[in-house]
Amino acid sequence: MKKAIYYINQFFGQIGGEASADYEPEIREGVLGPGLLLSNLLDPDIEVTHTIICGDNYFASNEEKAIDKILHDLEDHYFDVFVAGPAFNAGRYGFACGAICQAVQERFGVPAITSMYEENPAVPIYRDQIYIFSGGNSAAHMRKDLPVVANFMKRTMNGEEHLSAKEEGYFPRGVRLETFHKPPVISAERAVDMLLKKLNGDEYETEIPMPSLKGVPPAEPISDLSQSKIAIVTSGGIVPDGNPDGIQSASATKWGQYDISGLNELMQGEWQTIHGGFDPSAANENPNVIVPLDVLREYDREGKIGEIHNDIYTTVGTGTTEAEATRMGGEISEDLKKSGVDAVILTST
Amino acid sequence: MGIPVVQMANIVSIAKTIGANRIVPTVAIPHPLGDPLLSETEQRKLRHHRVGIALDSLKTNIEETTIFEVKE
Repeated sequence: MKKAIYYINQFFGQIGGEASADYEPEIREGVLGPGLLLSNLLDPDIEVTHTIICGDNYFASNEEKAIDKILHDLEDHYFDVFVAGPAFNAGRYGFACGAICQAVQERFGVPAITSMYEENPAVPIYRDQIYIFSGGNSAAHMRKDLPVVANFMKRTMNGEEHLSAKEEGYFPRGVRLETFHKPPVISAERAVDMLLKKLNGDEYETEIPMPSLKGVPPAEPISDLSQSKIAIVTSGGIVPDGNPDGIQSASATKWGQYDISGLNELMQGEWQTIHGGFDPSAANENPNVIVPLDVLREYDREGKIGEIHNDIYTTVGTGTTEAEATRMGGEISEDLKKSGVDAVILTST
Repeated sequence: MGIPVVQMANIVSIAKTIGANRIVPTVAIPHPLGDPLLSETEQRKLRHHRVGIALDSLKTNIEETTIFEVKE
């Protein structure tokens, strides 16, 4: 039989209400409160061996201490899965469930599962790290929400294939897995079906939802171009011949920084593109079609700009995830600012 | 304080969707600032023109996503 450990707050742990919210974390054998229901739902596949109880205020005010104590207590016990909540729409409880699930999952490598109302502020913070099931907004939903969690725990522990986040009922984590469509309908037919629905003005559901992006406000313009240091950044994969940093041709996780000081242009044979998303022949013949150093030098000589930054920055923008792109963009920006760059030309392919 | 960035992009609609603020359209995906059908001189002229627009966009005040049009 698989073993589970269950985290609940002081209220569900029957210590008390708001007056007991400073209750320090404690681990107990067996179950109480909603743990009895969970235990019944999991029987006979999974046994809930222990319950951790912690006051919501204690966790919120002493997060690091609370997590350390709980992780320390857990070291003495073997368990296959960790479960917390449901936290419904309780903000402090939601953050505690999210934080402890993430910490336990990281330390012990077991799946960590919780449940919250969609507007619980902890949902956007932890949803991509752990399984957060979409639950009701108050404890009145306990009997509805806990069976969903228990069912997922049982199926996970039995090694059954997971369905999509939507079918399972948890908030999408932004992870894509390959799977066969059930029933088997080829993608061309599904795409045509969607198109027909769209043309008829009917409801249809995309299979590839676009991430909603937080834009950044436009930066202030530079006041005097002739005094400014300009840098070139590209997602077009222009690298020194041989790709010294091994930047990937697709789904890149690396970026490179290359010295172009003293170069009037990027010469054929000395530079190449390693971008895997287009025919590279034009860019390999003349790399300036992606990194326009030749004409930027002209503007430099004319005095239209103050100077050109000594380095160019490169990555590959095909199949690259938003998360990786954001990280790389942040790292490149840091270097640009450290180098006193005033403005950037970003070329994309 | 952020520093201004101009994205030189062929698929302007994507640049807009992902939130680029200053955009200058380019020629094609594999050769954004060149065109193998043109002579070397013509290509360089084209590149000079578009990079010039890009540089000017960096000193232009904008309130929202702005596409800086090119002549050729």
